[in-house]
Amino acid sequence: MTTTDAGVPSAGTATQRFDSVQGVRTALRDVQYLADEGIAGVAYLADRLGKPVLVEGPAGTGKTQLAKSIAEITGSRLIRLQCYEGLDESRALYEWNYKKQLLRIQTERGEGEDWTEIKDDIFSDEFLLTRPLLEAITATDPVVLLIDEVDRVEVETEALLLEILSDYQVSIPELGTITATQIPLVFLTSNNTRELSEALKRRCLYLHVDYPQLDREKEIVLAKVPDITEQLADQVARIVRSIRQLDLKKSPSVSETLDWARTLMLLNIDTIDEQTAKETLNVLLKYQTDIAKAAKELSVDE
Amino acid sequence: MLDLLNGFVVELRNAGLPVSLTENLDAMEAVQHIPIEDREAFKYALGATLIKNHAHWRSFETVFEVYFSLRGPEYKLVEGDEDTDIDELWRELQEQQKQEGTGGAGGLDNLTPEEIAQMLMSALMNGDQGMMRAMAKQAVQRFAGMEPGRPVGGTYYLYRTLRNLDLDSMLEKMMESTREEAGELTPLEERLEKEEYEDRIDKFKGEIEAEIRRRLVADRGAEAMAKTLRKPLPEDVEFMHASRDEMVALKKSLYPLTRKLAARLARKRKHGRKGPLDFRNTVRHSLSYGGVPAEPKFKYPRPAKPELIVVADISGSVAAFARFTLMLVYAIQNQFSKVRSFVFIDGIDEVTDYFRATEDITEAIHRVNTEADVVWVDGHSDYGHAFEVFWERYGKDVGPKSTVLLLGDARNNYHASQSWVVKEIQHKARHVYWLNPEPRSYWNTGDSIVGEYGTFTDGVYECRNLRQLEAFVEKLA
Repeated sequence: MTTTDAGVPSAGTATQRFDSVQGVRTALRDVQYLADEGIAGVAYLADRLGKPVLVEGPAGTGKTQLAKSIAEITGSRLIRLQCYEGLDESRALYEWNYKKQLLRIQTERGEGEDWTEIKDDIFSDEFLLTRPLLEAITATDPVVLLIDEVDRVEVETEALLLEILSDYQVSIPELGTITATQIPLVFLTSNNTRELSEALKRRCLYLHVDYPQLDREKEIVLAKVPDITEQLADQVARIVRSIRQLDLKKSPSVSETLDWARTLMLLNIDTIDEQTAKETLNVLLKYQTDIAKAAKELSVDE
Repeated sequence: MLDLLNGFVVELRNAGLPVSLTENLDAMEAVQHIPIEDREAFKYALGATLIKNHAHWRSFETVFEVYFSLRGPEYKLVEGDEDTDIDELWRELQEQQKQEGTGGAGGLDNLTPEEIAQMLMSALMNGDQGMMRAMAKQAVQRFAGMEPGRPVGGTYYLYRTLRNLDLDSMLEKMMESTREEAGELTPLEERLEKEEYEDRIDKFKGEIEAEIRRRLVADRGAEAMAKTLRKPLPEDVEFMHASRDEMVALKKSLYPLTRKLAARLARKRKHGRKGPLDFRNTVRHSLSYGGVPAEPKFKYPRPAKPELIVVADISGSVAAFARFTLMLVYAIQNQFSKVRSFVFIDGIDEVTDYFRATEDITEAIHRVNTEADVVWVDGHSDYGHAFEVFWERYGKDVGPKSTVLLLGDARNNYHASQSWVVKEIQHKARHVYWLNPEPRSYWNTGDSIVGEYGTFTDGVYECRNLRQLEAFVEKLA
């Protein structure tokens, strides 16, 4: 039970991308993505179980970046499907190349070709335009599929994803079922603007990415902002934590923390005092009421 | 292993977490890939497969800690260095208590409380994790006064331990010594230092809680403890009995909930129905088909948005409920054409302007609580008088488009009910609803007269938790 058996019946993947949870973590660190135990663990499981991962959390905590980094460490191509309201089959799955089909019919006209022959011909691979989802499962090279902001599509459209997510196949009425040659790593991200359907959640592993702990945030700042001093990074992380504890409309995200640290570097500041903090708050916070509140909190103690 | 996991899933379901069969199977498969010695990884593996909603994570964690506390290696690791088995632990503990008056045996155990406090302080100041854990263990052993088989919940022991440690004054002391060390601190630095210490103290409290839980489980068994320690999901927490922590959790879950609710309502409006046939437009388009109305056109649907009047009791016990309802209503106020709000205890005051003046709902609520003029005589709920004044002053504003929400437990302190006001409102308004935060079985007991008011409304709803409140508001808009 304790050691991982290589021949686990799951998913039938011959190629396992990761050796251990710790391995994932180290590899991610090499591409400057600092994962915590949970993130690395779920990524590892996703590979072993051959299941998609649903990543949820506040904006700007590195959900999309996670997929990108995983693609980078596994040396895979990243295929991205950006979701939006009104996304449909022809944008997400596949579409028949209507114009080309028309051309095909016209060129053959009058040569007395059999209709069934034409029909078989125009509904073949040649006339199929693959969209991200189909592309991901037909790809022969290793791919990572990222379905970004899946909460933006309507509940009905979600159903489109179900077949892909559970069986890694797409059914096209004219061609039959296309099954994946290899199981891609799939990441779905969601900002949690609405409850996703049970059917979708059931098929995925769930990962919640929250704002990082103090130490991890400091490390992220150190890794991502070149030449920053340890002491400044520490101060940045601590002030950001302090601000996140306030009751704000929008708490500063990790990317905003990084922006702030970069701003401070540009201004050649090596210790933050109240004045500089207040003057540069607008990098960190995006609402006037939030800025006013934070400025007040930071200057008047008690 | 199979039985173990199955038992765990049953326990999760008992705690109200939805776990489907496929998720259960996934979990079984997942744990085969994770070494069970790695407790954290094991927890995350189970969490990723079984829990699909972040709000449920806390409940999951509690169940996990209780269920696996005696089975995991962590337990042995902590106890292992001193006590090999639970019986021995208890024996030692009892001895400890006997010796406490006379002075102790050896090691950590014979320190005076002052020395303990000193050691804890230095551990906290250095952020020494191992030391903090040892201190937590020691503190529980010494101060909680746990006895086997005593039917008291963990909260009681926690309270006892914390009272003896007096962490608040320790924080002060820590701040003082930091000040001494570093010389003068700017307010910003001081704030940051203080937060750092607070964070460490919180972690320490967590350690104490975990320690108490371990001991309780050792005493009574995991199944019994799982029942008492079960934490309700945020949406199931009752407004009237929420603890401070639960209140914070409630507030946090309110905001995403309103966003979801607003999105759902907007979608409902957009997709719900088509408007009536637009005759002119259809005829105009028929021209392109040679006068045949081949393509019927419909009017753009414009469902009327209700105008909302909220009248809320904000006296003691039901204040939290009123606050949440107001927050929820204002967070989705663009789903209504107009929202007006009134609050009362025995006097009544309009608070609409507080919400209009600021974008920050929390601040508005704060102003409602501090500035609104709601006390008339003695500050005990008097629904009758409040309604009478409402009708006198604002009755003319209630029109056929208005939906009136009355919030409160209708505990009228045996004053006159003046229920004719509600009757009049019902005549003029489109709908009148009453929301009651009390369980249905308490209605009309004691001085509650919700039944009398209820006869003149279009419905009285029980609204004890966020889930019920959300369901009601969705129906309303």
